[in-house]
Amino acid sequence: MRHIISVLVRNHPGVLSHVVGLFTQRSYNIESLAAGVTENPEITRITIVVTGDERVLDQMMKQVNKLVDVLQVNDLKYSQAITRELAIITIKTSPQSRREVIEIANVFNAKIVDMSEDTITLELSGTERVLQNLVRLLNPANIDEMARTGTIALSLKSSEQ
Amino acid sequence: MKKTGAKIFVETLREHKIGTVFGYPGGVLLPIYDELYHADIRHILTRHEQGAIHAADGYARATGKTGVCIATSGPGACNLVTGLATAFMDSVPLVAFTGQVPTTMLGNDSFQEADIYGISIPITKYNYLVKETSHLKEIMYEAFHLANSGRPGPVLIDLPKDVQAIEINNPPIPKLTLPQKPKCPVEERNKRIEEIAALIQDSKCPVIYAGGGIIISGANEILQKLAEKISAPGTTILMGKGGFPEDHELSLGMLGMHGTRYANYAVSECDLLLAVGARFDDRVTGKVSTFAAKAKIIHLDIDPAEVGKIIQTDAFVIGDAQEVLELLCKKVKKKTNKEWLKQIHAWKKEYPLSYEKKSNVISPQYVVEQIYEQTAGQAIITTEVGQNQMWAAQYFKTSKPRTFITSGGLGTMGYGFPAAIGAKTGCPERIVFDVAGDGSFQMNIQELATAVYNKINVKIALLNNGCLGMVRQWQEIFYGRRYSQTTLQGNPDFVKVAEGYGAVGIRVEKPNEVPSAIQKAIEIDRPVVIDFHVDPEANVFPMVPPGGAINQMLDREQK
Ligand SMILES: Cc1ncc(C[n+]2csc(CCOP(=O)(O)OP(=O)(O)O)c2C)c(N)n1
Ligand SMILES: [Mg+2]
Repeated sequence: MRHIISVLVRNHPGVLSHVVGLFTQRSYNIESLAAGVTENPEITRITIVVTGDERVLDQMMKQVNKLVDVLQVNDLKYSQAITRELAIITIKTSPQSRREVIEIANVFNAKIVDMSEDTITLELSGTERVLQNLVRLLNPANIDEMARTGTIALSLKSSEQ
Repeated sequence: MKKTGAKIFVETLREHKIGTVFGYPGGVLLPIYDELYHADIRHILTRHEQGAIHAADGYARATGKTGVCIATSGPGACNLVTGLATAFMDSVPLVAFTGQVPTTMLGNDSFQEADIYGISIPITKYNYLVKETSHLKEIMYEAFHLANSGRPGPVLIDLPKDVQAIEINNPPIPKLTLPQKPKCPVEERNKRIEEIAALIQDSKCPVIYAGGGIIISGANEILQKLAEKISAPGTTILMGKGGFPEDHELSLGMLGMHGTRYANYAVSECDLLLAVGARFDDRVTGKVSTFAAKAKIIHLDIDPAEVGKIIQTDAFVIGDAQEVLELLCKKVKKKTNKEWLKQIHAWKKEYPLSYEKKSNVISPQYVVEQIYEQTAGQAIITTEVGQNQMWAAQYFKTSKPRTFITSGGLGTMGYGFPAAIGAKTGCPERIVFDVAGDGSFQMNIQELATAVYNKINVKIALLNNGCLGMVRQWQEIFYGRRYSQTTLQGNPDFVKVAEGYGAVGIRVEKPNEVPSAIQKAIEIDRPVVIDFHVDPEANVFPMVPPGGAINQMLDREQK
């Protein structure tokens, strides 16, 4: 089972090492990790996508919560969270394939951010699934380079009522 | 008035009533050592940084106060690693200071630079790299608070040389701003305690399983009161020894791999297991699926992450053991469990701990028994690791907290002797014995110099079997007696080694010389090494094979 754990930490030096280190120490599987400052510049949100059953998840959350710098840990249910990931993808193109790539980009509402004789670079943000679909349709063999941020997430306020 | 970081360091130690530190200097620590030169702090110079940190650890375990050690950058800091991990596993309050290259040289692979901050993350409760002298005081206040609150543990502070040397305006006493963790509301806690009291009331065969949390919290008296009130036999694990008096009629002795048969039977048959301040270590549970399989499991612990980590519980409360037990003791009603206690008594009679006494060769267990007799059970015992540790645990009946000091979680050979030095430093009026193995003792034997020079008169009862006995035991039982690399050929003459350092050495080769040798060692007002040449064939029994159910134990007849 995949879970999104959202961790609020105080912005201390080394805090990322403590959090990431914990996952390796306890041999938990991290799929992605994204960190960035919150509305409060002294607090960072770390969004971690992990796999594990309920029991492993429970342990992970407790262990993370024990870290001195951690202020809050939440298990964001996929169905009740807004999740986004950003990807930048450079695709090798030939004069024949260029049009097809542009069409795919349009379907996904991906932005073309760079273009050369033999490449196109796209930018897309969306759920992980949307990004995966885009990658599949572009055909991984044609992808020259790709950078992805990992998922960030917030809980959906509208579903809390 | 301006003050250097080094001066602030010493003053802040004084503000925390730190009277003794264990350490070893080096280039980047010169500002601090210069300040210690005339400070009102006793600095004990060990002969290895590992000795320093184990001594600080032994001091902390014996006194309950936070231990302090100091090591230089690079190799000095790296020599603390084993000691940090040892203290972390056993929740020992320590603050370890390391020197570091100046901040301007950090990250350059400078001479004697090692990233001890990064290295120590997984083996400390928290750690710091101090980058500004103005942060030092607050960091030290936080560190001392963290080390000895909640679930205690070691905290490391890395101090670059320039941070020690720079002068700043005298910093004020800081206010702590550590993040607070949400607590269980009082009403909910009380409700749970009532539920637990009801479970206890319903049980017919309860057992108490007491761990190190009892010692840390000082909950031994209330635990005994509870046990007597509900007529529950109590077993203490290695870390819990002293948490429930082993000479009490409800005591089951030790549980687990080398526990008593009756403790293991009782836990296997009980209908309610009350675990307090314990973490269900694999050396205790054996095969988890069969551990206390008939019982409702109740877990009281200060660390929420311990609940449900290894075993599914039926009820739990998070909190300080003493506080929770006080509340629980008020809620439970007196009960007798007559049948159950009869059964326990029968097991105790049928399966007492026993060992083979030979007339011509010393049984190691006999040595431990004699230390118990000669000190009327009042000594502080530290142990090394291996058979010596298990015999000490089995045969030294511990009745008071903080008197049985051993590396339980990490199982660190070389721990016991420096820990004895630390314990004796903290409790100078007590007799302190390190029950040692010949392998382990040689891992920190250099600390004889520390003990002799500082007149820290600890006694080393060396159970010299000429081998790495515990590993050999496993080779004997599980690896067809192929004794690969477990014979300690080349052992020194320990009596001469002791004498070389200016300590007293006594060699004992016959069983009938054992009591008088111990008596003599106690009387001599110097560090003493008693080199007991013990039976090399002796093994630790009973024994649960690793991963086996704890009621399936091997004995010496049937191995
Ligand atoms: C630092 C360290 N290295 C290795 C081990 C593995 N080990 C556990 S017990 C043991 C043998 C200990 O020998 P000794 O100190 O002579 O004790 P004995 O078992 O003979 O009483 C060893 C090597 C350990 N626990 N710690
Ligand atoms: Mg040995």
